[in-house]
Amino acid sequence: MIDPKNTLPDPILLIKKMAAELSKEIDSNTCLIGIPKGGHLIINELKGMLSSSTLDYGLIDTSFYRDDLEISGLKVKEMTTDVMFNIHDKKVILIDDVFYTGRTSRAAINELFDFGRPREILLYVLIDRQSAQLPIKPNYSAFQVSPKKNNYINLEENNKSLTFRTKIINE
Amino acid sequence: MSKIQYSNDGNIKHLLTIEGLQEELIYKIFDLAESFLNVGNREIKNVPLLRGKTICNLFFENSTRTRTTFEIAAKRLSADVINLDIDSSSQSKGESIFDTVDNLISMGADIFVVRHPEPGMPELLAKHVGGNAHIINAGDGNHAHPTQGLLDTFTIKKYKNRFDNLSVAIIGDIKHSRVARSEIHALTTLGVPDIRLIGPTDLMPTDMSKINLKIFESMDDGLKNVDVIMMLRIQKERMIGAIIPEEGEYSEKYGLRKKHLLLAKKDAIVMHPGPMNRGIEIDSDVADGQQSVILSQVTFGIAIRMAVMSMLIGKNI
Repeated sequence: MIDPKNTLPDPILLIKKMAAELSKEIDSNTCLIGIPKGGHLIINELKGMLSSSTLDYGLIDTSFYRDDLEISGLKVKEMTTDVMFNIHDKKVILIDDVFYTGRTSRAAINELFDFGRPREILLYVLIDRQSAQLPIKPNYSAFQVSPKKNNYINLEENNKSLTFRTKIINE
Repeated sequence: MSKIQYSNDGNIKHLLTIEGLQEELIYKIFDLAESFLNVGNREIKNVPLLRGKTICNLFFENSTRTRTTFEIAAKRLSADVINLDIDSSSQSKGESIFDTVDNLISMGADIFVVRHPEPGMPELLAKHVGGNAHIINAGDGNHAHPTQGLLDTFTIKKYKNRFDNLSVAIIGDIKHSRVARSEIHALTTLGVPDIRLIGPTDLMPTDMSKINLKIFESMDDGLKNVDVIMMLRIQKERMIGAIIPEEGEYSEKYGLRKKHLLLAKKDAIVMHPGPMNRGIEIDSDVADGQQSVILSQVTFGIAIRMAVMSMLIGKNI
């Protein structure tokens, strides 16, 4: 199993790297949409790091757009989709903690189109596991790692500090 | 009865009755319904969760509202919906309900939403289909109407937040009401400490002695300080042989009027499963008044039915 302390960098450092990249990308037509729960935690940090005051922030919970209902079931999330602004013709930057198979990103992109027709969709993640099962790749990843398939990684908040949690899951 | 609702791995497979459903599962259905409510507020209200699935509405009794809400729920989940017109179907040519269901499964049906005058028919169908399809009971005789019980308690949760401090009065013909039966089981499972039944003695249930229910014959006594008033429709079609007062007399004694609301708590809510007999069991100024949540029940009903369908098809959480 990956030891998060030895292998994975401090999430805040990665979010700072992401913020630096984002600031080059953001224009007056950009919005950031996080994929819960990791993307939500990242956006909370980014709000303090990005100087733009006109940026719209949203959340997109992909539960109802996934392709694995009969395999993994339906997970009831604490956070549901919250896109309270018009995304038509916007540059949407999706934010997630970990990019793995690409299926969550696919579901998020599909869901976005139910809200309008964005001009452009970009995907920014903290970690790219480099194991995509679909022709989707993040436009930006702050860190790349190739753990075993059953090593699960996600971003969590513990005592108000962000950490990467890893665990072995049954395949 | 309830065991058949679950598969061997503990996932819910059919929804036949609320009796025996675990509290945790009811809350999961509520949480999921809450998410679907948000989807209902979007411009595009459909999600692709059940795309490719087929849902058959098998209604052997007339229903507009329930069938429509099931249909809308299924369509919002992107499922294909088939409404079988039983009068003109093979049933009228003598085919058994089991043959009808077998044929529809062969055509790829995944969920059957069944309303039938015979109590227990959805359970028989659930046993018959085994793991090949899912059954949702949309009302069987005077036995159960679980999605109505769920949407009613979900409505209470939305307005009152919790159950463990509530007084809930159910008024009308409890004996013949599958809605009341399902409501009582849901309220009991969710821990409502004070469930009151108000109506003529002849219309009180005789088979629920194990549940702590308070019976009142008078509205004035039963409505004191209640948080929730749940009215029932007079079910003329189920009252064959029952000793009931004449309609005018019934309405005089058990029709909900504005004056009754003064007996309940100031923030009490008024519910009715519909369709309403205005002027008989409920006055228009109450049905349309500020304390009425009747139309919210209809909206919430779609979200609850979306949640139930998704849970039956999906592996449980």
